[in-house]
Amino acid sequence: MTRTLRNALLGAAFGLALAAGPAGAATIKVGVIAPFSGPFAMFGKTFKDGIAQYQAEHGRTVGADTVEFVYRDLEQTNPAQAKALAQELIVKERVSFLAGFAFTPDAMAVAPLIDEANIPAVVFNAATSAITEKSPRFVRTSFTLWQNTVPLAEHMARRGIKTAVTAVSDYGPGLDGEAAFRATFEKNGGKVADTIRMPLKSNDFAPFMQRIKDTGAEAVYAFLPAGPTTLAFAKAFADNGLKEKGVKLFGPGDITQEPDLPALGDAVLGMTTSFHYSRAHDSAANKAFLAKHRELFGNDDTATFTTVGAYDGTHLIYQMIQNSGGKIDGAKAVESVKGLSWESPRGPVTIDPASRHITQTIYLRTVEKVGDRLENVEKAAFAAQPDYGYKPGK
Amino acid sequence: MESVFGIAVDGIAYGMILFIISVGLSVTLGLMRVVNLAHGAFAMVGGYVASYAAQVAGLPYAAALVVAVALTVLATLPLERLLYRRIYGAANELSQVLLTIGLTFVIVAGINSLFGPTLKRIPLPELLTGTVALGPKAIPAHRAFVIGAGAATLLGLWWLLERTDFGIRLRAAVDDPAMAAALGIRTERLYLATFALGTGLAALGGVLGAELLPLEPYYAIRYIVLFLAVVAVGGAGSIFGSAAAALALGIIDSAGKYLIPNFGEFFFYAALILILFRWPHGFFKGRTA
Repeated sequence: MTRTLRNALLGAAFGLALAAGPAGAATIKVGVIAPFSGPFAMFGKTFKDGIAQYQAEHGRTVGADTVEFVYRDLEQTNPAQAKALAQELIVKERVSFLAGFAFTPDAMAVAPLIDEANIPAVVFNAATSAITEKSPRFVRTSFTLWQNTVPLAEHMARRGIKTAVTAVSDYGPGLDGEAAFRATFEKNGGKVADTIRMPLKSNDFAPFMQRIKDTGAEAVYAFLPAGPTTLAFAKAFADNGLKEKGVKLFGPGDITQEPDLPALGDAVLGMTTSFHYSRAHDSAANKAFLAKHRELFGNDDTATFTTVGAYDGTHLIYQMIQNSGGKIDGAKAVESVKGLSWESPRGPVTIDPASRHITQTIYLRTVEKVGDRLENVEKAAFAAQPDYGYKPGK
Repeated sequence: MESVFGIAVDGIAYGMILFIISVGLSVTLGLMRVVNLAHGAFAMVGGYVASYAAQVAGLPYAAALVVAVALTVLATLPLERLLYRRIYGAANELSQVLLTIGLTFVIVAGINSLFGPTLKRIPLPELLTGTVALGPKAIPAHRAFVIGAGAATLLGLWWLLERTDFGIRLRAAVDDPAMAAALGIRTERLYLATFALGTGLAALGGVLGAELLPLEPYYAIRYIVLFLAVVAVGGAGSIFGSAAAALALGIIDSAGKYLIPNFGEFFFYAALILILFRWPHGFFKGRTA
């Protein structure tokens, strides 16, 4: 299926290249590496939607140059294959940009390649702080666990919560979240009663709930990557009496991402998360964004933070092309967007010149019924949050 | 003490869900000698049908469950006629694996394109939400229901295979197909019925277990290892073996997660290795020997 898809895409791209071929104009290619099939296909779909929407709104050309996206499927996290795909895109397709990357290890793996080939890589999702430390040619338009967790932990301490348990998926971002929560919460006078690391492939979360219950903590900080397991986790939390006992569940917004909300249902009603994007975000830019999304794709059920990550990432790529006047030099292109600010569907954002990560407002949201659908309704905003986990000079 | 009790209850509930889904695989594997790697895909199809019936068609939970099992069986019976019939028999193991894994890919891709990659949910009736107090431990009502359904499945299957005419004929056909056919037993029909039984159990498990093993297109591949582990430990074709294996693995997994979560699935697989080391054919040797 992937091959047919790829062939169809290549065919379409080829056709476009032929159609838009007045003499003198060049085609600038962007290679997108993401899961388009397999269990994480949601990432690929939302990336593609975000890119398609940006191109529908702003055209396929920048100056005289046509911007063309070339997609490569990386079904699951697989650094070796990510590297191979990046190499193929750079050498055979002659791409001027790399983009996409749902998972941290895949982004990390291409760092030496983008330095050698001197091309920028725009990360649409992968959320470990260490990524942008690996190469000066990485720019990121998503979020990091530190960025989301620090304001959340401060909020919890302000609300008078004294003891909390962390329950995170046992991999890079999870450990980032755990470290960020612990450091911030303890600095603000809280106590972390237990740190639980859950295997990424867990199905049954009842034992973890029992353990959380046994510590007698008032609140849980939980992080799981968006996907099937978040459903089982949220259900287990509601079903094992923790909700009834008054234990509060907090976490970054992956756990209540928009496409999963209908399936999560009432189990997550009232759950508080911190995140950079909610479909319910009340701004003119977001309303226009969602209206266009509905117009293009029929509905906005799957419009979520990864769609916006790709949408803003595409904006960044267009800016870099514009700034370079058509001749892309990777290091200079990245240099040209440092400090760039714009109004995103998520609110005002800036590319931090030091970390090349997006500085943005982090919202505190609660899941509520709006009409007959569940939404992450924003309750408070913490403006201009940087990536607290970035370690300069590394 | 409360946590020991908690581990036991959670482990039994998890084990029973594993049992309901895996026992169908054990039936096709042990009684018909077909390595049906598409079993997980059949469970997933059952779950999707139930989800569609409940959410789009608006049927109540019990009706959705019945519709899901019936439709899944009906949809897969032609597969038995057209495909599975060609790969019966132990000499065909490689083609069994290739055919059924291929079928799994087809179903995964089909579900993905029909329903999309998002999670699907089967809404529970009022009766099954909330918790039931079991001694010092409150367990979700849904899990209590699943434990009951598992026990009922266990007894029903035992009765069907050991006490009915169908069971006697089936066992005869499995032990010596040529002789059974010579005696006038219509083995083809028996196999069709057994295949339907296995598929029906898969669909039942897919629906009942949807709270724990969430429905998404990769369900079929994500969880098949779990189901195979249960059958390997229990012994192919042994119903009580499957139950014992599912409970043992469920409890070990729960205890490991509770006590040392950082070790991940270490305990599950360590237990698998140790048990198979001691009982290479599973707890109960089953009927294949």
